[in-house]
Amino acid sequence: MGDGITNILVVGIGGQGVMTAAEMLARAAISQGYDVKKTEVAGMAQRGGVVSSHVRFGPKVYSPQIDAGEADLLIGFEAAEALRWLPHLRPTGVAMVNTLRIAPPVVSAGLYDYPADPIGELTATGIEVHAFDAGALAEQLGNAKLVNTIMLGAISDCLPFPAEVLKACIVEGFRAYKPKLADVNAQAFEAGREAGHIKAVSQRPAA
Amino acid sequence: MNAVVHAKAESRHLLSGNEAVARAAWEAGVRVAAAYPGTPATEILENIALYPDVYSEWSVNEKVAVEVAIGASLAGSRALAAMKHVGMNVASDAFMTQSLAGVVGGLVIVVADDVGLSSSQNEQDSRYWGRFGHMPILEPADSQEAYEMVKRAFDLSEAHETPVIVRMTTRVCHVKAMVVVESGRIERQVPGFQKNPQRWVMTPANAKPRLPLMHQRDRALREASETSDLNTLSSGGDRRIGFVTSGPPFMHVRETFPNAPVLKLGFSHPAPLDKIRAFAAQVDTLVVVEETEPLLETEIRAAGLEVRGKDVLPRFGELAPSVLRPAIKALLGEPHEVAARAQAGLFPRPPTMCASCPHLGPYFALSHIRNLNIVGDIGCYTLGAGHPWNALDTCISMGASLSMAHGMDKGRGESDEKKSIVAVIGDSTFLHMGMQGLLNMIYNRGNVTVLLLDNRSVGMTGGQENPGTGQDLHGLPAPRVDFAKLAEALGIRPERIRTVDPYELPTMVKLVREETKMEEPSVIITNRPCSLTDRFERLRAYTVLDDQCTGCGNCIDLGCPAISVARRETVTAKSGKTKELVFARIDPNTCTGCHMCVETCAPDAIVQPEPQNRVIRIHAHG
Repeated sequence: MGDGITNILVVGIGGQGVMTAAEMLARAAISQGYDVKKTEVAGMAQRGGVVSSHVRFGPKVYSPQIDAGEADLLIGFEAAEALRWLPHLRPTGVAMVNTLRIAPPVVSAGLYDYPADPIGELTATGIEVHAFDAGALAEQLGNAKLVNTIMLGAISDCLPFPAEVLKACIVEGFRAYKPKLADVNAQAFEAGREAGHIKAVSQRPAA
Repeated sequence: MNAVVHAKAESRHLLSGNEAVARAAWEAGVRVAAAYPGTPATEILENIALYPDVYSEWSVNEKVAVEVAIGASLAGSRALAAMKHVGMNVASDAFMTQSLAGVVGGLVIVVADDVGLSSSQNEQDSRYWGRFGHMPILEPADSQEAYEMVKRAFDLSEAHETPVIVRMTTRVCHVKAMVVVESGRIERQVPGFQKNPQRWVMTPANAKPRLPLMHQRDRALREASETSDLNTLSSGGDRRIGFVTSGPPFMHVRETFPNAPVLKLGFSHPAPLDKIRAFAAQVDTLVVVEETEPLLETEIRAAGLEVRGKDVLPRFGELAPSVLRPAIKALLGEPHEVAARAQAGLFPRPPTMCASCPHLGPYFALSHIRNLNIVGDIGCYTLGAGHPWNALDTCISMGASLSMAHGMDKGRGESDEKKSIVAVIGDSTFLHMGMQGLLNMIYNRGNVTVLLLDNRSVGMTGGQENPGTGQDLHGLPAPRVDFAKLAEALGIRPERIRTVDPYELPTMVKLVREETKMEEPSVIITNRPCSLTDRFERLRAYTVLDDQCTGCGNCIDLGCPAISVARRETVTAKSGKTKELVFARIDPNTCTGCHMCVETCAPDAIVQPEPQNRVIRIHAHG
């Protein structure tokens, strides 16, 4: 964030709501008067492939893409995907990770292995990692689709503007289009915010 | 409320490049817009369709879309056609001659090049078409520019009576950025078609006198480019390198080398060579950064200027900061630190077919029948080439399966003698360009078994409508083509036209086996809708009874993403042979209850549990 630009990389699997989450972050940044660019590789994404959405905001944004080693924040909707995109994070960056594991058919078929401990591999790099089971929180609140809002709540205290700005963007959006879901999303945001404060601790001895 | 449609004048919005094009087209008074879906251009027409005062349609292919736009232009209306890069190849027959005749109402072709192949079969630089077809090219670098340039393109088109190409790339189409919306729609007077055979009937005698006029127009466009405010100079103190660039690479250059002077070409063809010459005189080294072919570079060099470009930069793919930085640093002789952290060696996550996808049945059948050469086509079913089916042998272009299969039949070699030739094609691709291949194969007495996978949607681009779905771009009821009758009309014998439920696996396998043995062409039509569209009815999920599962793994072979391996066991038979057993589980959230896997399960271990609410109801009544 040194050059006045904040780079957020949101990653996961097609259908998880990665692009919607990135859109919410972009809208919150716009409300703060920033120039914003958001880009993703989608296309075939809804068919179970990797999805990554780049959100960049600041006084003036040129390139929409976040370079390797340039992301300030990494939001991983799935554990192995967070690991896949880790090289995009700055050494001083923060990774916010849902511990959900989704093995693709090529793993299920025995052609590849799913990493035994992706969160452990993340923390072993020395990067600040926060990891929790967003799906379990969503189920406690009664709706599996709340994972998206929970993850945004989790990252909200790492942004260069108050968490309430992002929360208001999300909740008001629901109030306008799906009013019945506004309150539960407000709860989900706060639940995620609380969970996001827990730092994952490396299980491995320090090198 | 939609941001694109309801944006008020002077308001600021986060719009994708495609949304910005739609808004600009509406403001410019476009009356007719046509396209065939194709990533990354699909959303242009989907957004134009939101404006009730623009006539918009899904055309059956890109050539038709451009011809529709040409007709509207000759009637005096402003018209737009949108397509992905490969669509230009299809459309080119029409615009190559219309460019010679010229236009009346502004005619803009918006083309989206998939630089980096996020969802395409090749990478093409559509700027060649501007050179080939004598049409000017505007190249936006972001949404704001897409919005402004589309409006300018219509003015340019009418001023010079030429079609204009607006060349986008994936990094404009699918990037969301801020757009300040200027005005509302400007309605224009439409004079109607003015008959003028010498102008509009392109016989040799009429076309010949147009040639010098077209070259005269090229010169006028070149002058317009020299003075255009779309070609802008960003000054910079570090004059060791001066960049000439267009489109998204401009953003990457500014990002990476903020102190370097940059000449940005928004009106990039014909190139403003005098302006470039003046710029070159101010810098030590001129470097062209363009995606993807060295077009500007070659023209600048031909104009006698010393220039660098593809000798230091890649000839394909995106010229993102991560690509530019090391290449330019090397040119300057400066050290460049490479980020030391390696990418974790992870499994790949390729796109898969969906749960209940009606293509799973045909591919289960194809992967279980030997001695087939399977010629494929463009669509979700191209994924059949992958794991676990490995049942698609070729894929190149829209509709090619039928004609290539026919050629493979006629050109059989030694190893093909006992093989049957199968063509696999979807409903929309068949209507786009496939039916000509079928007609050709029948007429020339070929023998191909055609699998027409009718899932009633353009699946890969997100479930758009086509003449086989019964609905139009706006979701309104539309005449629906009858594929069986169409195949019969083209000359397939009625006995050889078989409509099948792709979920009925035994029937599916039996039919493909039967028809591939026939000494004449046949068409097998599947009849289940895409499971991602509203036409699909989701049913209760199935589950695997673990104590009844024998570990045979047949259901895994289906390739349904809802089914995964629960555990593996190695057992030793009495004979001493070892065998690996694969026990399955079904994800209840992903399964949509299509029952295809049930057909693969001999021990009846896959069952549909009673719904819980029904149990509660029984208690309530009890």
